[in-house]
Amino acid sequence: MMLRQAAKNALGLTSRQSTPWSVGIFRSYHENVIDHYDNPRNVGSFDKNDPSIGTGLVGAPACGDVMKLQIKVDEKTGQIVDARFKTFGCGSAIASSSVATEWVKGKAMEEVLTIKNTEIAKHLSLPPVKLHCSMLAEDAIKAAVKDYKEKRAKTNGAGETSQA
Amino acid sequence: MTSKAVFSTIRRSLTKPRGGAVSRGHHLSTSAATASESYASDEHAILMKGVRISGRPLYLDMQSTTPLDPRVFDAMNASSIYDYGNPHSRTHLYGWEAENAVEVARIQVAKLIGASSKEIVFLSGATEANNTVVKGVMHFYKDKKRHVITTQTEHKCVLDSCRHLQQEGFEVTYLPVKTDGLVDLEMLRESIRPDTGLVSVMAVNNEIGVVQPMEEIGRICKEHKIPFHTDAAQAIGKIPVDVEKWNVSFMSMSGHKIYGPKGVGAMYVRRRPRVRLEPLMNGGGQERGLRSGTLATQQVVGFGVACELAMKEMEYDEKWIKRLQERLLNGVREKLDGVVVNGSLESRYAGNLNLSFAYVEGESLLMGLKEVAVSSGSACTSASLEPSYVLRALGVDEDMAHTSIRFGIGRFTTEEEIDKAVELTVKQVEKLREMSPLYEMVKDGIDIKNIQWSQH
Repeated sequence: MMLRQAAKNALGLTSRQSTPWSVGIFRSYHENVIDHYDNPRNVGSFDKNDPSIGTGLVGAPACGDVMKLQIKVDEKTGQIVDARFKTFGCGSAIASSSVATEWVKGKAMEEVLTIKNTEIAKHLSLPPVKLHCSMLAEDAIKAAVKDYKEKRAKTNGAGETSQA
Repeated sequence: MTSKAVFSTIRRSLTKPRGGAVSRGHHLSTSAATASESYASDEHAILMKGVRISGRPLYLDMQSTTPLDPRVFDAMNASSIYDYGNPHSRTHLYGWEAENAVEVARIQVAKLIGASSKEIVFLSGATEANNTVVKGVMHFYKDKKRHVITTQTEHKCVLDSCRHLQQEGFEVTYLPVKTDGLVDLEMLRESIRPDTGLVSVMAVNNEIGVVQPMEEIGRICKEHKIPFHTDAAQAIGKIPVDVEKWNVSFMSMSGHKIYGPKGVGAMYVRRRPRVRLEPLMNGGGQERGLRSGTLATQQVVGFGVACELAMKEMEYDEKWIKRLQERLLNGVREKLDGVVVNGSLESRYAGNLNLSFAYVEGESLLMGLKEVAVSSGSACTSASLEPSYVLRALGVDEDMAHTSIRFGIGRFTTEEEIDKAVELTVKQVEKLREMSPLYEMVKDGIDIKNIQWSQH
C-alpha cells in the first residue's frame, strides 16, 4: 500500500510538473503583455508630413529596441485624437508601446507628458529586467509631443502672414 | 505481492493520458499533424505561464537537449532494476555484474570515437569534463605552462573555467573567429607560445552549428607538442569523430545530446603519449584516479547504448536531417526575404540551423512561436540582456544580433513538423515585420545604418 503510494509519487502521478517553455529571457509573461502582443492595438503609421501628426522615434537597433509612436492632434483643442505605433523589440516593448498608444488617446498633450514609465510597468507587471521597455515608451510619448510642437512652431512661424 | 502493485501502477501510468494534455503514449514526435484540427477544441489546450497553446509545441531545440531514444530507455530500465550493485565493489557478484555493464558501455563509447576503452572516464556531463580538463591540465603543469588558447565561441563552461584560471594568474588567449564562425589557423599558429599548456577548440558549436577544421588544428598542436582539448558534446554521433585523425589529447562528451540520459558524460584522456591532469573530484581513486565517486550504472549503460546506436545510425540520420534542413531553409526562403544563415553553410552540422530574420527582434518572434519549441541563441546565455556572444564574435551587425533563432533538427523530427514550423515562422515574421519601424523605413528606401539613433 505504502509502496504503491511511493511508486505513484515517484512517477509523478500525484502532481504533474512540466518543463517550462523556452520563452526567452525571463520566466513568464503577464497575460496583459501577451494580450497586447497577440492583439496589438493601433499598429500602423500616419503620414509623417501631415502637420497634425507628431512622430517620436526612440531607441536603437543596437540595444534591441526601437519604438515609433505617432500622435494625431486636433489643432483647435490640442487633444490627441488618435495614435499609432510600430516597434522593433521584445514582447514587453511591443506591449509597452501598445499601452502607450491606448493611454494617450483622448488626452491633452500636457496631460500625456505626465504618463510615467512606472505606471506602464505596473499595468503590465514588467519584471525589473524589462523596465527599460516602459522607459522607452515614456520617451516615445514625449518625443512625439515634442515633434508635434516643433512642427507647429515652424508652420506658425512660416504662415504668420497668411493666418486669419 | 507489493511488487505486483508497483508494476501495475507503472503500467497504468504509461498508458493513461495526463489531464489537460494530449496523450503522448504512442508517439515521440509532437502532435503536429493534428494540431490544426485541435486548435478550436479547448479540452486539449495547455495554459502555462500566461501562454495558452493547443497541444504540445513542436520540439525543434535539439541542441539544448534531445529526447531519450526508447531503445536507450529499455536498456536503462533493465539496468536500473537489475544492475543495482556498486560497480566498484570487488568482492561479490552484484559488484561484478555492475562493473561488467559499465565496461560494456565504456567499449561502446570508445568505439564511437576511435579510442581504446581504457582511455574513457565517465562523469556527470560535458560541463564537468570541460572543467576537469581545462583546470586539471593547467594545474598539473602550472610550474612550466601558464598559457591557454581557446576561442571566443566556446561553450560558457570552457570560457568560465578559463576566466577562473585567469583569476589564478594564468594567461588566456581568446581567439577571434572569422565571419563564417571558423577559427583562423594562422592566428592560432601566431598565438602559440613556449609556455602554452592547452589548446581548447570545440568541434561543433552549439549555437551556430559550424564544424571547426579539427584535423588542421590537431596537426598544428602536434607540431608544437601542445595538448589539444575539444568539447565534442554536439559532435559525437553526428559527424565522424576520430581521436587519432584529429590528434586530440582530451575530449568532452555528453549523454543527453545524442538521445541518451541527462546527468552523464565522458572524458577521453589520451594514454599514448600520456597526458596528465589533476582530478577535480578526489576520493577513492575510481576512473583511473581522475574522477572519484560511484558511477551511476544505469546512466552509464544508457550513454553506452546511445553511442552504439549513434554509430550505427549516423549515416542514415545525417541523410534524413540534411533533407529536413533543406526543406526548412527553402521553405522559409521561398516566402520571406532578409533571411540570413549565421555561420558557414558548408562547414556545418545540418541539424543546427541558426537563422536571423532582418528587422524582427528574436525574443518577440519566440513569443509568437509559442507552438514551436526553439531557442534564440544558446540557452545558457539567455539570462542577460546582451545579444549572444557567439553572434557578436561572428561580427554580425548589431541590429541583426538580436534577431537570431536556432532551429534544432534531430533523429525523430518529422517532415510534418518542419512544414508546420515553416508555416508558423513565416506567419509570425510577417506579422512582426508589419509592426516593425525598421522594415517600414527600409521599404521607404531609408538606409537604417545612416540614422543617428538616440540611445539612453
